Amino acid sequence: MKKLSVTTSIVAIAATLAVSFSASAHRAWLLPSSTVLSGEDSYVTFDAAVSNTIFHPDHVAMGTNDLVVTSPSGKTIETENSTRGKYRTTFDVKLEEEGTFKITSFSSGIRAFWKDEEGNRKMWPGRGKSYVAEEFATAVPKEATDLRVTQGSRRVETFVTLGEPSEKVFAPTNEGLELIPVTHPNDLFATEAATFTLLIDGEPAVGAEVEVVRGGMRYRNDQETISVTSNDEGQIEVTWPQAGMYFVEISYKDDKAEKPATERTGSYSGTFEVLPL
Amino acid sequence: MKVRNSLAIASGALGLMLASSVSAAAQSVTLDIALPQLDVAEYHKPYVAVWIENSKRKSTQVAVWYDVDMREHEGKEWLKDLRQWWRRGGRSLDLPYDGLTSATKGPGEHLIDTQINSAIAKLSDGDYTLRVEASREVGGREVLSIPFSLPLAAESLPVTLEGKSEIGRVSLRLED
Repeated sequence: MKKLSVTTSIVAIAATLAVSFSASAHRAWLLPSSTVLSGEDSYVTFDAAVSNTIFHPDHVAMGTNDLVVTSPSGKTIETENSTRGKYRTTFDVKLEEEGTFKITSFSSGIRAFWKDEEGNRKMWPGRGKSYVAEEFATAVPKEATDLRVTQGSRRVETFVTLGEPSEKVFAPTNEGLELIPVTHPNDLFATEAATFTLLIDGEPAVGAEVEVVRGGMRYRNDQETISVTSNDEGQIEVTWPQAGMYFVEISYKDDKAEKPATERTGSYSGTFEVLPL
Repeated sequence: MKVRNSLAIASGALGLMLASSVSAAAQSVTLDIALPQLDVAEYHKPYVAVWIENSKRKSTQVAVWYDVDMREHEGKEWLKDLRQWWRRGGRSLDLPYDGLTSATKGPGEHLIDTQINSAIAKLSDGDYTLRVEASREVGGREVLSIPFSLPLAAESLPVTLEGKSEIGRVSLRLED
């Protein structure tokens, strides 16, 4: 019994440490032209970019190789007219079914970081390469300065609805960090509160750090960031102060990693439109 | 209506106090909606929705005026701009819907009687809010809310509200 309590307190310390890391420097986002639509069928056009000034593409276009559009009935929809520009990628999605569509870019994998004897930063697999389990032992030193092996995932997501909202696309994939709506993401209104459940590999993501930023930040001096931490059920509640397009960025970290990784990280960024009452 | 009237008469025989409220409930109501004349470069007739919410925000639809006759139902594309109505049940309706939908209407006085009476007839006693929402292309949006209780008490009517932008005077009154 004593032994167990010691273990528990170590986990508790780890959890406390986990929430102190900073959000990633670059923000990836999807920006839909509309999120609530009516009519027989409709098009939504999207911008996809990586930039720190939310919804102003001024850094680099987002790749769409990992992008999947899921229809209300669960079909995968092909995007149309996809073009990669200097600062943003654009693409269209035709909504032919009534209900809620999910647009997600997801990637995950194991990556090692360390410093070699000369103090140079090393990373394996390299940028754009994928993790191959058999190569790990030869590619990554067993001991090195600042050696970290991370099981990481990154999800960039948004939702749009034609007609009556539906919930089928909210079914968890149980991979990486996910946001499962309790309040429908296409039914958000200024001054109202919305609840979401965060999952890491299908389990509640406790202590995840959440930052909520309204678009148009170029036109104000204060970023007016809302910071929230997920509770013991992995839930967060956000009250939208005013109407607008919001960027929700979530970071999670713990030590429950798949071997050979020693830490597990997850990042989520979502775009949510909040309408005036 | 006949049944209700005879009920009112019967109640009237039972007591004067009771009679005043019951006879009001038996009477039909009329909803007047004025749409303002607007001095704008580009004017499109507004989309208008009327519905009743109970205290749990459950809606009973009364009317929706939109571009019903556009080819391939293109007029439905802007129904979501009646944002509150869209959220309070509009999005679950399969439009056009007989007895609910009509074409858009221009500036002037408009009247809803049959539709509001048949909506009220479906409701049990309690507190309600009547909402009137208007949204105009290249224009604004406005929602007016009129609280009322059922059974209707004659002395509580008419209830009149003045809109500020997209809606003129809205009045819930006993039918003439």
